[in-house]
Amino acid sequence: MSESTPKPDALPDPIVSSEASSSVVAPLYGLVAEFVSDEELIGAARCLRDAGYTRWDVFSPYPIHGIDQAMGIRPTRLPWFVLVAGLTGGVLAILMQWWTNAVDYQFLISGKPLFSLPANIPVTFEVIILFSAFTTFLGMLVLNRLAEFHHPLFSSERFARVTSDRFAIVVEASDPIFNDTSTRELLDDAGSLEVEECRFSGESPAIPKQIIVALAFIGLLAIVPPALVAKARASKSDQPPIRIDLGMSRQPKLKPQTLTSVFADGREQRLPVIGTVSRGGKQTDDHFYRGKIAGGAWAKGLPMPATPELIRRGQDRFKIYCMTCHGLAGYGDGPTAKRAEQLQEGTWVPPASMHADHVKAQPDGELFNTITNGIRNMMGYGGRIPPEDRWAIVLYVRALQRSQGAKLTDVPADVTPTPK
Amino acid sequence: MDTALEHVGKGDLVNPSGHATEAALASPLGTITETICRIVERPKPPKAWYVAFAFTTSATLMMFGMIGYLISTGVGVWGNNVPIGWAWDITNFVFWVGIGHAGTLISAVLFVFRQNWRTSINRSAEAMTIFAVCCAGVFPAVHVGRVWAVYWLFPYPNQMRMWPNFRSPLLWDVFAISTYATVSILFWYMGMIPDLATLRDRGVTKFRRMSYGLLALGWRGSARHWHRYERAYLILAGLATPLVLSVHSVVSFDFATSVIPGWHTTIFPPYFVAGAIFSGFAMVVTLMVPARRFFGLKNILTMDHIDNMNKVILATGCMVGYAYSIEFFTAWYSGNGFERFAFLNRAFGPYYWAYWSMVSCNVLAPQVFWSRYCRRSVWVMMPIVILVNIGMWFERFVIVVTSLSRDFLPSSWGYFRPTFVDVLTLVGSFGLFLTLFLLFVRLLPMVAMAEVKAVSAHHEPKHHDHGSLLPSGPVELVTAPAV
Repeated sequence: MSESTPKPDALPDPIVSSEASSSVVAPLYGLVAEFVSDEELIGAARCLRDAGYTRWDVFSPYPIHGIDQAMGIRPTRLPWFVLVAGLTGGVLAILMQWWTNAVDYQFLISGKPLFSLPANIPVTFEVIILFSAFTTFLGMLVLNRLAEFHHPLFSSERFARVTSDRFAIVVEASDPIFNDTSTRELLDDAGSLEVEECRFSGESPAIPKQIIVALAFIGLLAIVPPALVAKARASKSDQPPIRIDLGMSRQPKLKPQTLTSVFADGREQRLPVIGTVSRGGKQTDDHFYRGKIAGGAWAKGLPMPATPELIRRGQDRFKIYCMTCHGLAGYGDGPTAKRAEQLQEGTWVPPASMHADHVKAQPDGELFNTITNGIRNMMGYGGRIPPEDRWAIVLYVRALQRSQGAKLTDVPADVTPTPK
Repeated sequence: MDTALEHVGKGDLVNPSGHATEAALASPLGTITETICRIVERPKPPKAWYVAFAFTTSATLMMFGMIGYLISTGVGVWGNNVPIGWAWDITNFVFWVGIGHAGTLISAVLFVFRQNWRTSINRSAEAMTIFAVCCAGVFPAVHVGRVWAVYWLFPYPNQMRMWPNFRSPLLWDVFAISTYATVSILFWYMGMIPDLATLRDRGVTKFRRMSYGLLALGWRGSARHWHRYERAYLILAGLATPLVLSVHSVVSFDFATSVIPGWHTTIFPPYFVAGAIFSGFAMVVTLMVPARRFFGLKNILTMDHIDNMNKVILATGCMVGYAYSIEFFTAWYSGNGFERFAFLNRAFGPYYWAYWSMVSCNVLAPQVFWSRYCRRSVWVMMPIVILVNIGMWFERFVIVVTSLSRDFLPSSWGYFRPTFVDVLTLVGSFGLFLTLFLLFVRLLPMVAMAEVKAVSAHHEPKHHDHGSLLPSGPVELVTAPAV
């Protein structure tokens, strides 16, 4: 390394078009030394490193084994970033799975626990790899300051072969110990084929106008969908939601109460064919269905034989439908009646006691009619209780009535309890 | 391969008649550059490319047509029906994912094991991976029935206040395949940056310089950049290795976590991974053996490399054969009547023809590769690797369909027959794969030039240091004139 004192570097002249004056040149970026093979490069790199140069670089079409140490390149911190990113990804993945499946939207499936590490490992692992890979790639680009589309070295034709089959060492003019002659000498001695100057080109590294216009246009277009979404979220609409595909909502069938062109009158709903009879629809038996006999008077007696089974059925049905107002014994003291009295504070008309004389005097058919159609506060139970069951209830009510006015002699001998 | 180049290459590497100059041939690096870039730099691709492209594009359009028909009409256009709810759709999915794994293995695993011979095939293999994953991803997407709702698979906040079920292997699949596709693309692209820079610097038209320049991100070959780049490459390779093992294991979990006899077995993850590598390498050989002849890459992709790939095919074929036999043993040893029946049914039931095709293609066919002659003979290896691919498709078919067609309750048994839609969709997926591959071959450097140059260094490096992480050791480069 020569000991010559470096000349004070003159400030670069301002850039003027090269045709104007041959004495004004673009500022120097650095010296580019071309090498033919990589054998001399390691030695040259060591020379430059030992000489104390800091702003210089070696260029090659492939990574040269041993060049890092020869240049004194410190190992990159990229792996640490990747580690941090990977761990972050892992933690986020576990948190996501825990929160979505075990906290916010819990549902049991196949008896699996809501949060179980073995089940959650695959997704966690993949997310770790994903985060690490992105960080590796983007980190490498950022640390290398790529993408860098404009660089003084691209103006050199000789330099273009660096990506193909030649090598280069470039020492920047901004290096503190750069000197036009001594640096050139050093590079020559190192075995370079040729050393040439590389200058900053006059163009400013601006993105071409067409690209900016294109990007702006795309950017404007890209704002439209979110803007539409924001507008939709902020406003109300009385239209049904817009659906891109109706899927199973779009079924080729006629819905009730719609128009159709299939029938002349345009109605979708049709009446049954004349003469159609529904099952059980005739209900011709007046006694059975309405508790009346021919002539319109109330029927006396049941339309079917009275059996102990029928009474038991009636008891069962009574307890379900009637007891709540009428009470277990039919006195009108059921829990609903009592509560209604409480709520209505004396304005409630209580159910008639079934043991009142006028009720006892009613024919069976009239009782049946009360159950079917209701009376006063009571609603009709015709829609809820089939006719057979209603007659069973009538039979049971009669049994209840007899039971409340009975004497000990009415009880059959085989069930008379022995007084203690 | 003929037709002189219509332009003169950069500098003094190519003379006007289109042949490499003395200067280029004197430099092995120049030869490598020339051989690969020339394929991309032709103003027009050869006629054969157009013919092939026409075929593959038609097949691709047919596939899109079949998928359109499927989506508009419903999954009933396939032969799938109870009890065989999964048939060709899932078979094709696993088939394509498996093929993709070889690319990652070549790129990442062989790199980690310092196998320099991978540099001639890794670029094409990675491209093959990405295209295979594209084909694979289509099938789970379209087999769901309501394809317009597949975005529900991703955990995004929604008005239904619902989240996907992370305990399901089907969702693990979504994450695994997405991650695999993403990481493969990153790895492939990052590997291509130096080569894209080469194409940029050699570009003759402004359009080429701008396009390749945009993709090359301003790469200059700086040693400081190479340092971080090599580190990143190693990290990505180290990440991709467990990734490829995990992805096909997760795919195997689709079956292994169920309770169906023949599926519910712990051998599935390693068995599937070995099978994936097996079928993937077979596909790499299927593509690269014609490619090296057609594109004049014989000096770079040598018969030694093909030999190595066939050795891998033999090894994984034996692993797959072992897996078949150990499955039978396990079924017998378990004493479980359903499991035993499942395997006897595979070999002797109504799908016996599929089973025995599988065994002969996967276990018997690759055995010829014990012979060195067979490993190095193009006329022997090409039919064998095609048989391997067919056999591996049948393996997935046998696994998926035989277990479903006859599971626990005989009254539920059924037989699956594919419809024309099934068949044409599979054929069309090959069209998609090959279309993408043809485009890749036309537009992008199909061999990793920078890596080949790096491993073909003539001299032993004098010092081993921690800086450069390239595997060391020279590889013979035959500097014959490029055809």
